[in-house]
Amino acid sequence: MYHYTAFDKQFVQQRARQFRDQLTRWQGGKLSEDDFRPLRLQNGWYVQRYAPMLRVAVPYGEIASRQLRVLAQIAREYDEPEAAVFQAAMEGQGKLGTTFLPKNCAHFTTRTNVQFNWIPLSKSADVMDLLASVQLHGIQTSGNCIRNTTTDALAGIAVDEIVDPRPYAEIIRQWTTLHPEFAFLPRKFKIAISGARDDRAATGWHDVGLHLVKNAAGEIGFKVFVGGGMGRTPVIGTVIREFLPWNQIMNYIEAIVRVYNEHGRRDNKYKARIKILVKAEGQQYIDDVEEEYRQIVEIDGGPHTIPQAEFDRVAACFVAPRLASVPDVEPTALQASLQAQATEHVAFGRWLRRNVHAHQNPQLRAVTLSFKRPGQSPGDATSDQLIALADLVDHYSAGEARVTHDQNVLLPWVHGSQLFALWQEAKALGLASANVQLLTDMIACPGGDFCALANARSLPIAEAITQRYQDLDELDDIGEIDLHISGCINSCGHHHSGHIGILGVDKDGKEWYQVTLGGSDGSALSGAAVAGKVIGPSFSAAEVPDVIEAVLGTYRDLRESGETFQNTVHRTGLDPFKEAAKQARHKEQETAAA
Amino acid sequence: MMLKLLAAQDHQPPAQGDARTVALPNDADALALPLDGVERVDLHFPSFTDGRAFSQAFLLRRRRGFAGDIRATGDVLIDQLVQMQRTGFSSAVLREGVDVADAQRQFELFPGFYQGDAVQPQPHFAKAA
Repeated sequence: MYHYTAFDKQFVQQRARQFRDQLTRWQGGKLSEDDFRPLRLQNGWYVQRYAPMLRVAVPYGEIASRQLRVLAQIAREYDEPEAAVFQAAMEGQGKLGTTFLPKNCAHFTTRTNVQFNWIPLSKSADVMDLLASVQLHGIQTSGNCIRNTTTDALAGIAVDEIVDPRPYAEIIRQWTTLHPEFAFLPRKFKIAISGARDDRAATGWHDVGLHLVKNAAGEIGFKVFVGGGMGRTPVIGTVIREFLPWNQIMNYIEAIVRVYNEHGRRDNKYKARIKILVKAEGQQYIDDVEEEYRQIVEIDGGPHTIPQAEFDRVAACFVAPRLASVPDVEPTALQASLQAQATEHVAFGRWLRRNVHAHQNPQLRAVTLSFKRPGQSPGDATSDQLIALADLVDHYSAGEARVTHDQNVLLPWVHGSQLFALWQEAKALGLASANVQLLTDMIACPGGDFCALANARSLPIAEAITQRYQDLDELDDIGEIDLHISGCINSCGHHHSGHIGILGVDKDGKEWYQVTLGGSDGSALSGAAVAGKVIGPSFSAAEVPDVIEAVLGTYRDLRESGETFQNTVHRTGLDPFKEAAKQARHKEQETAAA
Repeated sequence: MMLKLLAAQDHQPPAQGDARTVALPNDADALALPLDGVERVDLHFPSFTDGRAFSQAFLLRRRRGFAGDIRATGDVLIDQLVQMQRTGFSSAVLREGVDVADAQRQFELFPGFYQGDAVQPQPHFAKAA
C-alpha cells in the first residue's frame, strides 16, 4: 500500500492540530455552532440522533494492521457514551422496539470508510491525534467537498484486471485533499474508479466514475462518467469522455468540478448534486467541461499533468508484498490439497467457494472475512474483533487489509497453503460466515437507531432477515443476490442498486418500508446500473421479512435453470413479485398508503 | 503574496462611477469581466459555505493574470483565509469581532499543500521531484 512520506505524515498531523484549534474556539464561544458545523463535517464529525458520529477515511479501502489496532483502541477507549446519553438513546429507541445498541465498535461503510457512533465531541481532538499517529484522519469524509475515492476491493490482484487503479486512486487522493477551490461545492462529490472488466466499484452511481481502459494502441486512459448518484433522484452517470489519457486525469477532473462549482444549483439541496446539473444542461455541460479542460491545459499549462516519474513513485508503493515465511507450492498440488481439505471439512469447502477469490498470483488468494452474522449489525466490528482482525492481517496477509464496498474486510495476500489455518481462526472469531454475495451478505446503513436523517430503522430489519435465513443450503439455493437496506432516501444503504432494495419511509410518525426490485450496481452479476422499481405500497417492519420471503419464494418457483434472482426479475417483470408481496401483507394490521 | 486582512471599517465598497474598483457578483463569469484599468475586484461570499468566489478568484488571478487586488467580502470565515490566499485573493474583509491572532494562526498550520494553486502553480510532486 502507499507509503506515507514525511510530508504526507506531517500533513495529517497538522490537520489534527487545525481541528483542535477549531474545536477549542467552538468550545470557547469564538466559533458559532453554524460556523463550526461545516468545519467539523469536513473532518468527519457529525452530530447524530443521540451522540456524535465520526467517519474515518480509509483511502480507496486500503488499511494496515497497525491502523486497525488504533481503530480498536478508539472503539475500546472512546466509543463509549456517557451513561445519561446511552440511557436516553435506549429509552428513545426502546419506544420503537430497539433492545440493543452497539457501542465500543467500528462500522465499515459502503464507501470503505469506518464509523464510530458514540465518541463525545469533547474527546474528538484527542481521537484525531490518535488517528494521525497512524496516518488516519477524517479529511473530507463529509461536507460539500470531494470525498474519499473508492475502488474495487480486488484492485491490483483481480484476475480480470486491465490496469491496477490504486496508484491513480492515490494520486486522486492527494489532489483532492484540501483542494483550496473545491471545499465548498454545491453538494458532496464522490469519485469511484475501476480497473477491471467487472465493475465492482459501482462507478455508474458516482458523481465521477472512472474506468481504466487501454486503447487500440495499448495506451492507458480513462473512460469518464459524470453525474451518477442516488438520493431522491437516482441517476446513472453519463459518459463524458470515451478515452482520456491517464496523465490528464487531474486536469480533467479539475474542469468537471470547476464547472460544477460555478453552475451547480445552490438554492435547493435536493437539486444541488452534479447529476441535476448534467441532466439539466446535457451537452452544454459536456461542452463547458471540454472548453474548461482545454483552457486548463493550453492557458494554465496543465500543471497537474502527472509526470511519469511521479506515477512511478506512487506505483512503486503498490508492488506485491513479499510473504517471506511461506514456501511456494506447485499450483496443481495446492489445488489438490485444498480440494482434499474441502472434502474432509464441508464448511471449509463452502467458505472456499464463497469467500475466497482468485488472485493474479496463482500462489495467493484473496479472502473476504464476513462481518455479516446474527447478533451484530452488518459491517460492525467490536474492539476485540478489530484486534483479532489485525492479528489475522499480520499473520496471513502481509499486514494489509481492505474495507470493501459490501461492508466486509478483504485480506488480499493470503497464501493458498494457509487458507485452512486462516479459516479455522476466522471461524473461531465468528468472521467466517460462508455467505459472501448471498442474501445475508447485505448492505445496511446504521438507520434510525443512530442517524438523525433516517426515517426508519435499518438494523432490526437486517437482523430479522439474517435470523430468518441461517440455513446455508437455503442461502446457496437462493444464490447470488444483492440485498440493500437504507433508512432514508439519502440512500447510504444503496437501496436503489439492490436486486432487492428496502427503503425506510416515515408515515404519520411510524416506520414503513418500501421494497424495490431489479436495481443494479453495474457489476456483471447485476447487469447495467439501474435503480430498482417499487413493488407496491410500503410495508410495516413486521411485514418486511415475510415480504422478502414471499419475493424469494416467487423467484424459486419461477426461475428457469441457471437463472439468478436478477435474471428472473428481468425475464418475468415485477407482476408476480408484486402479487406475492401483496399476499404477504399482515391482514390484521393497518397498511400504509402508497 | 500574503493575504491582507482588513477590519470591516477599513473596507469601502466600490464607489459609484469608480472604474478602478469592481464588485463582481458571485454568479458572474470571471472570464468575461473587462479588466482594463481595474485595480481591485471584490468577490462576494453570501455565506461562507458558498464556494463560487474561490473559482472566480482562481480564474482572475491564474487564467487571466490579473495583478490587482482581489478582495474577499461578505461572510468571510477565518478558517478559509488560507484557501482564499491560495486561490488568488490578496485581501479579505474580516467579520466584526474576529480575533486577529486567531486569524493569523491559520497561516502557520500547513507547511505545504498537494495541489498547485493560483499563487504556487506547481503541485507538491513537481516541487519534491
